Parts: sequence; C-alpha cells; structure tokens
Amino acid sequence: MEPFRRVTGVLAPLDRANVDTDQIIPKQFLKRIERSGFGPFLFYDWRRAGDFVLDRPPYQGAVVLVAGANFGCGSSREHAPWALLDAGFRVVIAPSFADIFKSNCFRSGLLPVELPAAQVERLIRLAQRDPGVEVTVDLEARTVSTDGVTANFAIDAFYRDCLLNGEDEIALTLKSEPQIAAYESKRPSFLPTIS
Amino acid sequence: MGKTMAAKIWEDHIVVSPPGEPDLLYVDLHLVHEVTSPQAFEGLRANGRRVRRPDLTLATMDHNVPTRGGRGAADEVSQRQMMALEENCAREGVRLYGIGSARQGIVHVIGPELGLIQPGMLIVCGDSHTSTNGAFGAIAFGIGTSEVEQVLATQCLRQRQPRAMAITVDGEMPLGVTAKDIALGIIARIGVAGGQEHIIEYRGSTIRALSMEGRLTVCNMTIEGGARAGMVAPDEKTFAHLKGRPHAPSGEAWDQAVARWRSLPSDPDATFDTEVTLDATTLEPYVSWGTNPGQSVPVTGVVPQPSTEADDRALQYMALQPGTAIEEIAIDRVFIGSCTNARLEDLRTAATVVKGRHVHKDVRAMVVPGSAMVKAEAEREGLDAVFRQAGFEWRDTGCSMCLGMNPDILAPGERCASTSNRNFEGRQGSGGRTHLVSPPMAAAAAIAGHLIDVRAMA
Ligand code: SF4
Repeated sequence: MEPFRRVTGVLAPLDRANVDTDQIIPKQFLKRIERSGFGPFLFYDWRRAGDFVLDRPPYQGAVVLVAGANFGCGSSREHAPWALLDAGFRVVIAPSFADIFKSNCFRSGLLPVELPAAQVERLIRLAQRDPGVEVTVDLEARTVSTDGVTANFAIDAFYRDCLLNGEDEIALTLKSEPQIAAYESKRPSFLPTIS
Repeated sequence: MGKTMAAKIWEDHIVVSPPGEPDLLYVDLHLVHEVTSPQAFEGLRANGRRVRRPDLTLATMDHNVPTRGGRGAADEVSQRQMMALEENCAREGVRLYGIGSARQGIVHVIGPELGLIQPGMLIVCGDSHTSTNGAFGAIAFGIGTSEVEQVLATQCLRQRQPRAMAITVDGEMPLGVTAKDIALGIIARIGVAGGQEHIIEYRGSTIRALSMEGRLTVCNMTIEGGARAGMVAPDEKTFAHLKGRPHAPSGEAWDQAVARWRSLPSDPDATFDTEVTLDATTLEPYVSWGTNPGQSVPVTGVVPQPSTEADDRALQYMALQPGTAIEEIAIDRVFIGSCTNARLEDLRTAATVVKGRHVHKDVRAMVVPGSAMVKAEAEREGLDAVFRQAGFEWRDTGCSMCLGMNPDILAPGERCASTSNRNFEGRQGSGGRTHLVSPPMAAAAAIAGHLIDVRAMA
C-alpha cells in the first residue's frame, strides 16, 4: 500500500447522506478480477443520469470528496474504495462512515476523515460556492485546511500509522506466528473442519 | 461484572492484544465467494503466500450464477470470475461447492445447513450479510477483500472490539407478521446507521420464540441497520437444529460442545452500551417505500410525506406520491429469494398463500431457493408444484435478483415486491424499483398484482 502523509487538491462536494456502495460502484462492474480499472464506473448510474456534480469541470481531477453521513453503507465490496482511488480520490470526508467501508479504506489506502456534521456542511457549501477550491489534508498533523481555516480530526492511531507507513498488514500479522501457532494448538477439537 | 455473549466469544478468539492496537483475532471459519475473492488470491500469489488453513475455508459460487440454463447461461466476464475461483481453490486446496454441486447455494444459507456454523465461533466472509450466521450465537461479520487476503494468509484478523447493543423484542407477534417484519421494524426504528460500531444481540421472548430460520432472517438484516454483526443466544432450538448436520459434532464431541455452548449467553448482570426495546404486538407486515431499508411503513399505511431532500429523491426514484395507500401500489415483478428469505420455512409460508391461487396476469413472479439443498427439500415436499401451478417460475439457487449480477434483473422502471434485503437505487437492476417485504407478503402481491395486506387474504 502506498504511504499517505499529506495531499492538497480540489475538493468535490457530494451533498447526500447514506451513499451506499451500490451507488459508488454498481454490481455489473464487480466482475473484474483485478484491483484496478474501476474508476470509470464510479457513481455510474448517477453520472449516466446527467449533470452529476463530479462531472462539472471545476471538480475534474478532485482529490478530496466531502459527503453526508453514513458514507459507504451496504455491501462490503472493497471495489468501492478502489473505484474512488482509481478515479483520483485520496480522501473522503464525512460525518460518519459505514463500518466495513471504513475498514476497507484503511486497508486500501484511501483516507476516511470524520468531522462533525457542521464542519462537513461548511466544507460542502465551500466547495459548492467556490468550485475548484483546494484543501490540504495532513494525516501527520490530523488536519484539514483550506482558506486559512483548519479543522482537526481524530483517527484510530493504529490505522493512522499503517497509512503513514504504507504498512503491509499481512507481514505484520505474520510476525505473531508463534502466538498464532500457540492459539491453534489450544482450539477445542469439536470445532468443525472441512476435509 | 457479568459479560455479554459477544465479549465472551471475542475474548476466546484473541491471539494477541497489543496495548493500543486492535486485537488480533483467530477465525474459525472463512467463507469465500467468487466476487470478493479473486484479488485476495492474486495478492497471496504475488507475495508468494499460501492459504494457511484450507481446512477452515469453504468456497461457493452464488452472486454470478444463472438460475436457469446452468453455467453456460452466464456472460463471459461472469464465467471468468467463476473460473478464477475454481483455479484458486484447486491451487490452494480449498473445498469449493460450485455450480452443479448438491451443496452449492448462497454462501450464508449453506454454512448453517451444513452445520458449519456453531455457537461460540468466529466466522468471516467477504460479504456484508455474513451477519446472518450470528443466529447460532456466533460472531459473524463481513470483511473487505484486503481482509479476505489477510485471513487466507494468516487465519487471523485485526479488529477493535465493537460496542455492545441489546435489542430486546418482547410479546407475541400478530398473525401475518414474520421475522422479516421484526427486522424492518427495527431498522425503521434505529435507522440505517443506528448500529454503527456495535455488535447487536437480539433478545427477548419474541426472538426466543422464532425458529432458527427466523433468527437467521433477523440477523441477516443487521447490516442494514449499520451494525456489522448481530447474534442470538444459543438455546435448545439451536442445538436441535444443529444435531445430525454434516459438520456438527457427534458422540462425545457433541456433549463437550453443548456444555461449552451453554456457557455462552450473556450473564444476567452484563451491561450493554446501547439498549433498544420493541413491542412485537405492535408490529405489522412492513413494506419499504424508499431507497434504503429504513424507509418502510406498515402495509396498512401510506407513502409518507417527505421530510428531507433524501426522501424527496427516494420518492422520485420510486415514482411514488406521498399519501398513496401502500396497498394501491401495482407491481410488475415478484422475487422470492436471497439469503434473507429463501430457506425452507420461507418457501413454505409463501406457498401457503399461493396454494390454489394464480399469479396476476400482469406480474412475473419467481422463486429462487437459497441453496441446492433447500431446492431439493422443497421439491420433496411438493412446494415446487404449488409455485409452478400458480404461475411462478421455479429456479435454480443463487443470489439471483437480489443484486442483479447475473441474468436475473429488473428492467428500468419495473417495480418489484422482493424478499431480499436492499432497496438501494438500481440494486435489482438499473432503474428498477424495489419494495422489501416478507415471503407471504411477496406471495400475496404476486396474486393480487399490487402490494396487499396478506392478512386480508386468509
Ligand atoms: S442473496 Fe443478496 S444479499 Fe445475500 S449474499 Fe447474495 S447478493 Fe448478497
């Protein structure tokens, strides 16, 4: 995973709550067996309906998405953060994220930033009023700043470190091999196996 | 202080718990399907890693599979995805129940029916409805593809312990009300994000009175309320359901297992971070009117006045006017299927409504059993004949029109009464309109040609 420290780029507003992963990347595009190539299908149905906000010229090449609460609800498809990354986004800001989506973000290198609803609202208005406005998201400092205004965000310290270091989580887990083996030797024998 | 069932099971699975870090948990069973696994297997291979415990891993095909015409009916990209799963499983020695296998089916249906889901286990799958399996008193939750790769490689997963939520449902369910209505009633109450960062334990006399199938339905919909896992304490019903299944313990192992299972329920003095109570006697058959599962009302109600912009958008997408009686909404399609409502009991209750009647002339209706085993069992009971005679299509198993990733989809603008779990925009097909209902309500709608209170059809 690519390390994440700090990005500056265009802020795009998606003023909707409960954006589900079926909208982020519809099922007909889940048949690829690669991790890449999902970007063109991001928000496919909304884009196809015409005049979708992200397609307006000032938001082209946006790097930070700001959206309503419970972003990424529904299906566990990691194709959702992959599609956002593939389309150029590195950060999503929202008042809250669905649990699985958030976990998928940390593991795929997309930074989920939770800010209080009022601050998110302000960012959405800013991006609408001043299309093409840029923001800087600094993971080391845990700040989102634009226009001389800075907001601090809280984030799980462990996953922050993973993102900062571009950690290979599997390699990290494999360091616990002795403990894993010890655990395995004590599992009750009545547990099912497939053989 | 007493412990919750979730805390007991969680602690039992901790491999290491480094201070400040998430716990490293051991996974007892990893279920795999064709859509969320190819990149995980590819990642393994690219890093020269192998599947650590093929004996704790089971794969099936469900999302892509055609429910008519066998594998050949799938499009080329679907074929490629299914083939990738076959190759990956063969290479890694993972058991696969593919198309044609007598044990194939929707991943969340086959685990329980094979007896692979047992109390106290920790189960994961790259699929959000893995919560279904919590009905056995297990911790079961959906994971993303990176986590699938991690579990394949290490059989472990790093997680922070969620908070505990108790949802207590008491009282006798009125006639015509099903487990699906409990689930929709709960989500209407707590909202689609109400369970975020929690494990839900469903409790109370109504939950205890449910069959195992009913409990599976309630736990299945947990994710629609925003919680990753839902569970029900194991009891005699759980044990009886498990006994004799292919992977259930037997002999002395059974006695050991049951002794342990009895120790799992939450202690009487355990406390929960969040508590919700629901009076089952006030429940009615529910129908969703919008584009998320929290937007539902009793069938006797009307399409509500929009109170937010999101409501407006939902009404527009659904082409509905506020104030319209739910029972006046005409439908084009009926889908009885999915991991929510395609087990034997679901098909039986739907068949009771259908028997001796006929599908409305303007409706196309289909039944898609949750697994090959459910299908075979239903056919032994003659349920297929009941449905066919009434004009339903009787299909092979698969996810089918629950998500439209296979040939079964709604055409744009088509309106469907569906026993599945998600009414998101385009979920059943681009432009399709979904009304979530219980199996008897779906059956009744098929006959009437519009949404209708099944209680009026007795
Ligand atoms: S039936 Fe629907 S919800 Fe269940 S696993 Fe298949 S696609 Fe997912």
